[in-house]
Amino acid sequence: MSGAQVVALPMETTLRDPDARRRLGAVLFALVVLWPLLQLAEFHPAVLFEAGNLNVMTGFLAGFLPPARSPEFLGLLLKATLETLAIATAGITLALLIAAPLAVIATRALSVASIGPGPGRWRGHALRTSCRALLTVLRAIPEIVWALMFVRVLGLGPAAGVLALAITYGGMLGKVYTEILESTDTRPARALLAGGSGRLGALAYGLLPNAAQELTSYTVYRWECAVRASVIMGFVGAGGLGQLMDQSMKMLNGGEASSILLVFLLLVLLADAISAGLRKALA
Amino acid sequence: MALVTHQLGLEHGNGLRALHGLELKLSIGERVAVIGPSGAGKTSLIRLLGCALRPTAGRLELFGANPWQLSAGDLRRLRTRIGTIHQAPPIPPRLRVITAVLAGRLGRWPAWKGLLSLLYPADISGAQQALARLDLADRLFDRCDRLSGGQLQRVGIARVLYQQPELILADEPVSALDPTLADAAVGQIVAEAEQRGATVLASLHAVDLALKWFPRVIGLRGGELAFDLPAAQVSREMLSELYASEGSVVPTQGNHPIALQAFGDGGEARVLRIDNSRGLG
Repeated sequence: MSGAQVVALPMETTLRDPDARRRLGAVLFALVVLWPLLQLAEFHPAVLFEAGNLNVMTGFLAGFLPPARSPEFLGLLLKATLETLAIATAGITLALLIAAPLAVIATRALSVASIGPGPGRWRGHALRTSCRALLTVLRAIPEIVWALMFVRVLGLGPAAGVLALAITYGGMLGKVYTEILESTDTRPARALLAGGSGRLGALAYGLLPNAAQELTSYTVYRWECAVRASVIMGFVGAGGLGQLMDQSMKMLNGGEASSILLVFLLLVLLADAISAGLRKALA
Repeated sequence: MALVTHQLGLEHGNGLRALHGLELKLSIGERVAVIGPSGAGKTSLIRLLGCALRPTAGRLELFGANPWQLSAGDLRRLRTRIGTIHQAPPIPPRLRVITAVLAGRLGRWPAWKGLLSLLYPADISGAQQALARLDLADRLFDRCDRLSGGQLQRVGIARVLYQQPELILADEPVSALDPTLADAAVGQIVAEAEQRGATVLASLHAVDLALKWFPRVIGLRGGELAFDLPAAQVSREMLSELYASEGSVVPTQGNHPIALQAFGDGGEARVLRIDNSRGLG
C-alpha cells in the first residue's frame, strides 16, 4: 500500500456489476432449454462404456485392419480421390460464382443508401432482404437432396455432385461472406462510399484488405467440407471416393474402408496446409 | 455559393442535440476554420456538410442543390466533388500507401479502372506528387500498417489532395502531427485550395493554426454558433469565452495549453505570444 493513492468510494453504496443478474439468467435459461433437448436426443454417454457395447465397437473397428493395399485397389482409390477432388473443387468454384455477387448485394457494409440515410433505402432494404432469402433457400435444402434429384436428371456420375455442391455451398458461402464483410471494420468502405465511390471500389479498397484472410480461410474450410460432402453424395451414385466407400461397405470390406478413411485424413491435412499458406500470403 | 445552411440542426437518436440553428454561407473559394471546445459539434458539422449524415432540422445546400433531395446518382456525383479529411484516417492497415492515395479518385474513375489499379497502380506519379507535398514520397510502396499515426494522417490528407475536390472538409486534419509538420500540412491544404479555387472548411484544435491560415474563423460551442468573423476580428475575450468550459485555456499547437496573453482586440495580432512560465492567465 506504500504510496498508492486509494480512491475512496461512497461508503453506503457498494458497487455491484449491473449485468450480473442478466448473465445468471442467461445461464439458467440455457440449462432449462438444453436439458429437454438432451433427453430428446437420447443422450446417455454411459451406455457407450457398457461391456457388451464395447465389444461390438472393438469388433467393428477391428474389421478395418489392416488397410487394403493391393495395387489394383490403390489404382481405384487414386482415380476416386482425383474424382472427389475434382467434384469438390468444381463445386466450390461454382458456389463462389453464386455466392460472391449475392454477398456483395446482401451485405449492409456496402449500402450507400444507409449513409444519411439517403434515397433508395427502401429499395436497397428490399433487395438485401430478398438476396438473404435466396441464400437461405439455397442452403436450407441439404446437398444430398439436390444430388438425388440431379442423379435422376443427369445420370450416375460426378456432374450431379458438382451441381448439388454448387447450390448448397453457394448459399452457405454467400451467407457467411455477407456476415464477414459486416463484422470487419466497415469505416473505410463507408468513407469511400461517402466520397462518391462505387460499391465495387469500396469493396476492393475498403473491405477486402481487412476481410480477405477470413474470407479465404472460410472458403478453404468449405472446400474441405465439400470433400467430405462429396463422399456422402457418392453413396447415392454421384461418383468419387463415396461411391468406392459405398461398395466397400456393402461388401463388408473394412480394410478398403480404412484405406479410404486414411485418404480423407490426408485431404483434410492438405486443406489445412493450403489454408495456412494462403492466410500467410494475405497477412 | 459553395455552401448555404439555414437553421441547420442535428439531433442524435438518443435525443442528444449536436447542432442547433446553424446559419452559414460559404462562397466558392472561401477558406473557413471552425474552432471550439471538444463536444462543440465540429465533427457533426463536417459530417453534415459532407453528406455523411442527414440533418434532422433545417436545410443544407451544396453548390446550389439540397443533397437530400437529389436522386441517388446525383447525390453520388455531388459526393465526388467533396473531399473529407478524417481525424482518424479510415484506411485499412493492409493497404499500401499508393493504393490508399489512389482511392481518392474512385468516385471519378469507372469501376473497371479502380479494380485494374489494384493489379497495377493506375497513376503512380500522381500519387507520388500528392505524397511529396506532405513529405512522404519515400513511403509510396510501403504498407499503411508500417506508418506512424502522424504519417497515416498525412496519407489521409494526400488522398484528398489527389481527389482534387471542389469542397475540402477537414476534421482536425493535423491532430496527430507535431507543430512544424502540422503547419506545413495545413499550408498544403490551403495551397491546393488556392491553386484550384476550391472551398475549404476545416475544424482545428489549435487556434493559432486557424488564425494563421484561415481568413474567416467560426467559433462553435454547445452545437451553436458563437461567432463567425474575419480572423483579424477574433478577440481574446471571444476565445476565452468560447473555451470557458475548458478553463478558458485556448488550445494551441503542440498540445501545450497556454494562456492567451497579447491579443489585440480587433487588431492585427495573429501570433500568440507563448508564455509557459505563467500557467493559466
